[in-house]
Amino acid sequence: MDLTVRDLAVARGGVPVLEGICFDLSPGQAVVLRGPNGAGKTTLLRTLAGLQPPLAGTIRGAEDRVAYAAHADGLKPTLSVVENLRFWARVFGHRDIAPALTAYALSDLAERPAGALSAGQKRRLGLARMLVTGRTIWAMDEPTVSLDRDATAQFADAVRGHLAGGGMAVMATHIDLGLDAQVLDVAGYKARIPAWDDTDEAFL
Amino acid sequence: MIALLLRDLRLALRAGGGFGLGLAFFLIVTVMVPFSVGPQSALLSSIAPGVLWLGALLACLLSLDRLLALDWEDGSLDLLATAPLPLEGVVSVKALAHWITTGLPLVLAAPVLGVLLNLPAQGFLWIVVSLALGTPALSVIGTFGAALTVGLKRGGLLLSLLVMPLYVPTLIFGAEVARRGAQGMDAITPMLMLAGISAGAIALLPFASAAVLRVNLR
Repeated sequence: MDLTVRDLAVARGGVPVLEGICFDLSPGQAVVLRGPNGAGKTTLLRTLAGLQPPLAGTIRGAEDRVAYAAHADGLKPTLSVVENLRFWARVFGHRDIAPALTAYALSDLAERPAGALSAGQKRRLGLARMLVTGRTIWAMDEPTVSLDRDATAQFADAVRGHLAGGGMAVMATHIDLGLDAQVLDVAGYKARIPAWDDTDEAFL
Repeated sequence: MIALLLRDLRLALRAGGGFGLGLAFFLIVTVMVPFSVGPQSALLSSIAPGVLWLGALLACLLSLDRLLALDWEDGSLDLLATAPLPLEGVVSVKALAHWITTGLPLVLAAPVLGVLLNLPAQGFLWIVVSLALGTPALSVIGTFGAALTVGLKRGGLLLSLLVMPLYVPTLIFGAEVARRGAQGMDAITPMLMLAGISAGAIALLPFASAAVLRVNLR
């Protein structure tokens, strides 16, 4: 099933940041979000992931199919790499974490507590989580931050494998991963009139 | 859900997880009371049920600010909210994990500490029963408070201020069960009230907690 986004407007803290976003994504396709800092890429991804309601417009085909990777990796420092990954696999109803460990070369670190990992290794573990979710749509926010060149290649391979298996990906990234993806520059969709009528939202 | 429960229990037991912190606090508070009141065993035995209940309540409060704040800080709360688990289930499981790591040890430690406070012999059973019935409500109400204050800097103090008034009915009926039990009076009526408060909190508050959490995650 395709992901269809029509006239989507999103708000952060009660202030509209983006409006009029339209794109279609079929299985095997990816969208790369570009735009300056603060343009609303994260807000758009959070809206796609269902963490906040859209201000206007529709998102079709995203319900319960999105795996979201935020800036924070959601790792518990006192749990080992395997324990962290196995937890997310079980939450999403899967058992096998071995492919995810090999995809990001984490097998050697398997028993290390996540708190003792370097920033890049933590990120790799956070991205390996996407593989154990089994979700069709990956929504990723700056996935390559603190990754070295090899790990970036591993990530590109993982995304390619996901797309080849009929998956979809929406990611905000500034580097070129060599993927065949549509580019959506969100700077062109900046919300024009900041509406201040929705004061309740701002207080919440 | 079971995976989440096991993870929370494992996290609590690992270094820095805070398991035993509430218990140690309970121990210290109740040990301090005889020092402050002085060696008057008759007075101590009459205030013992109330002191034990107040100590248990404060010990419960102590660990609440970590309940959701840690998951919020490292981003797992966002990820859990997008996972197939319903958020109502997530907060219920978190409250259950909090009860197992904080409430249950308090229930088990209360009779031992009752000896220190010269609790009358017939009161031991009732202090355990009242705490066993009341502490689940403390955990569930506390989870609601934690959901309200998640994401706030220094939300711990605000959390205490919000949760304390909500603890009042549980404290009144819980301490009443323990007091009547200790004095050899009939404790069934306040016990039913206490059980009713706990059952109502467990049934209704997870929905409220999940709703405020959704708003806070936006």
